[in-house]
Amino acid sequence: MGSTHTDAVVLDQERRLIKAIKTGTTPDTTTGIVIALRRVLTESGVEPSKVKAVMLGTTHCLNALIERKRLAKTAVLRIGKPATLAIAPLTTFPSDLKAALGGFAYIVSGGHEFDGREIAPLSEAEIKEAAHDMKAKGVEAVAVCSVFSPVDPSHERRAAQILMAELGEDVPITLSSELASIGLLERENAAAMNASLIKVAKTAIEAFKRALAELGLGRAKLFMSQNDGTLMSVEYALRYPILTIACGPTNSMRGAAYLVGLSDAIVVDVGGTTALFGALSKGFPRESALAVEIGGVKTNFRMPDLVSIGCGGGAIVRVDGSRVTIGPDSVGYLLTSQGMAWGGRTLTTTDVALAAGYAAVEDDRCDPQKLATLDKELVRRAVDEIVRKVQENIDKIKTSAEPMPVVLVGGGGIIVPPYAYGQFAGVSKVVRPEHFQYANAIGAAIAQVGGTVDRVFSLEKLGREEALKQAKEMAVEEAVRAGAQRSTVQIIDVDEIPLAYLPGNATRIRVKASGSLAL
Amino acid sequence: MRLLDEAAIEDLAVGATVLGTGGGGDPYLGKLMAINAIRSKGPVQLLDPSEVPDDALVVPVAMMGAPTVLVEKIPKGDEAFKSIDMIEAKAGKKVFALTSAEAGGVNSTIPLAVAAQLKLPVVDGDGMGRAFPEIQMTSFHLHDIPASPFAMSDEKGNCVLLEAINNKWIEWISRAVTVVMGGSAIIALYMMTGKQYKRAAVPNTLSFAQRIGETLRQAKKEQRDPVTSLLQLTHGFKLFKGKIVDVSRRTTGGFARGEATFEGIDECRGSTLRISFQNENLIAMRDGEVVASVPDLITVVECDTGLPITTEGLKYGYRAFVLGIPCHPVWRTPKGLATVGPRYFGYDLDYRPVEELAGR
Repeated sequence: MGSTHTDAVVLDQERRLIKAIKTGTTPDTTTGIVIALRRVLTESGVEPSKVKAVMLGTTHCLNALIERKRLAKTAVLRIGKPATLAIAPLTTFPSDLKAALGGFAYIVSGGHEFDGREIAPLSEAEIKEAAHDMKAKGVEAVAVCSVFSPVDPSHERRAAQILMAELGEDVPITLSSELASIGLLERENAAAMNASLIKVAKTAIEAFKRALAELGLGRAKLFMSQNDGTLMSVEYALRYPILTIACGPTNSMRGAAYLVGLSDAIVVDVGGTTALFGALSKGFPRESALAVEIGGVKTNFRMPDLVSIGCGGGAIVRVDGSRVTIGPDSVGYLLTSQGMAWGGRTLTTTDVALAAGYAAVEDDRCDPQKLATLDKELVRRAVDEIVRKVQENIDKIKTSAEPMPVVLVGGGGIIVPPYAYGQFAGVSKVVRPEHFQYANAIGAAIAQVGGTVDRVFSLEKLGREEALKQAKEMAVEEAVRAGAQRSTVQIIDVDEIPLAYLPGNATRIRVKASGSLAL
Repeated sequence: MRLLDEAAIEDLAVGATVLGTGGGGDPYLGKLMAINAIRSKGPVQLLDPSEVPDDALVVPVAMMGAPTVLVEKIPKGDEAFKSIDMIEAKAGKKVFALTSAEAGGVNSTIPLAVAAQLKLPVVDGDGMGRAFPEIQMTSFHLHDIPASPFAMSDEKGNCVLLEAINNKWIEWISRAVTVVMGGSAIIALYMMTGKQYKRAAVPNTLSFAQRIGETLRQAKKEQRDPVTSLLQLTHGFKLFKGKIVDVSRRTTGGFARGEATFEGIDECRGSTLRISFQNENLIAMRDGEVVASVPDLITVVECDTGLPITTEGLKYGYRAFVLGIPCHPVWRTPKGLATVGPRYFGYDLDYRPVEELAGR
């Protein structure tokens, strides 16, 4: 599901496409999904009772965060006193988002040192006191974040038990150590946003379930797409809704690469406003190692590494002294009234591509003759600038000098001149898939179930072999918990990052496992 | 005297990253702490060194330890109070003003956060004019000022007052104590008189950091080339324009070491530049020839924005300028080079000033 279109596909067990359809996204999103599912079932003639699983990639949670609407009243309980008092929880939140969550923050005694010693014993009394205050203020969700919980999560877990006993089981609790790694503020932010979204996810998932029952899909298993390109069970999605917010670009990237039969590729998705660059490795989007901003908040949970630039099909071309510049602003969907080829007065990248003669637009209102008076030198330099920007960002998203194939998708993709395909440095070939309009749904449908572990281990105590073994076992358990069939689960990625300046050989180990759906 | 407000701290933190030469710890948290303190207690007074009476007590305060710990175990905020108390007791007088030990990285903003709370002024200057990894690597040390009495305290309330036979021993002992305290500590060290400070400090470096941040911000606003403006301000040299094609890292002896390789673009096409770093960027070699080395500042900035990239942020594909900025002359003396020259960091080469190497 995207902001403008919702697409639905039916695949057979060999992952072959039976039918694909596209409808408009509705303001409430759920209605659009129901319409899409109904259409694809009717038009494909597939018997609903034969459908084994439904995979859903939704923007419900992302929209709630961006719009600051429907979010739960959320309290942040930080465990770390006397440390961390210098910067209060939620300090780095934009004020409107903080207001939407209610701004409830508590810091209690406890937390750990990097080597596992306690900063202070966990104060159960302080947690109870905080819980009473939360109850009085009508808090609907709680995020718990303890200092160095990626090293030792025991204080977070104990706090959750106490909170649950005091607040009841209806108040969902998010533990930061289950979402992200070192970096207290970023991890705490991720946990707070996750907690605030659980209510949103619950409402959406209940609506889906009702809709599926009405459509005769009640017996199919429901899965949700997550940011890393794998699926999670509904139960898992209800605990970690924040893991759905980047599934849109991830599904599009994976679907596009699947359509052309590639699992390692750079995907360039040129829309009307932006051009998005991402990398797929073994069929999964590469994840960012640095803090990522979501809805104006710095977080550090796993997100695809994407570069977005204002160089879409509607990006505005300007002459600035001796330079020709592109974007970052765009006429967006107004291209068909403001673009020069449509009789408008704004020179856009699409106009330039039409004037240079390498692009065509199927639209009766578009008349490339209107561009005949454009300065040829200006057009040439603008095209060069488009090529330069694409090259620069392909470079940014690549991790090594080795040539990689590029999958070029999106309606705005016509602005990249085909004659340049063979000239990009570090690019083995440029492919433009057909049926791209359904890539998003295909990406969701072909996904496996995943589990990721991202923890700090002290190699001095455990030894490297043992630490890796433990991390792998934890990742497999995560995948099974998320709905994978145990016998099919494989480790797909292992990453070790030594932490600078720390004795005891503290190393952050990230392991990702994935397996087939248990159907 | 002038006042530093929130906007000033934002600029100063950007400039401190440029002076951090890739290391020094991300000023982000220090900035948040300083801004928090200023919001509740009001702006910080910044004094020119000339405004400090000769007999006044001036004390640098800093964060010591692993930046990785700092981002997780954020300070309590008042750790420094105990360290300052210990120094005052030892000196037998009240602190007149705080100052920075290290203008590059997080220690540019830590003294401001402490000073705002204690309503003390901060003297505009530091002991490095950049970032360095060890206690004895200061202009104070070069002027024979002892780092002892050396006070350190943690958020739990533990504090240690160290006296050592020389500054290198302070480094060894305090490094060990920091680990025991949980990987980070707030320290007060190199207590000195106003007279000593005026002789030994690298002056006006906090203003300088602020001006760097301001210049980059203004350049963006007025759509001027930020890198040209930055070079004019710092009297620096464009050592290279390139794309990062390889980054290798390893952690040895408690330091993050590694190399970043840049492939030349535009006027540097066909050339390769390699930076060796150990927390900070130490040596830049173009096609096998040294073009800048420690103690001169080697800073990597983004092509388009001029914003600095730390060693943790170096990634394949970034297009960046590598800049060489002359260090303060105190580092070019024999004692300065013995303390922080290329040989101290294990490189078998003689230091030559960046003006000489890049000006050729």
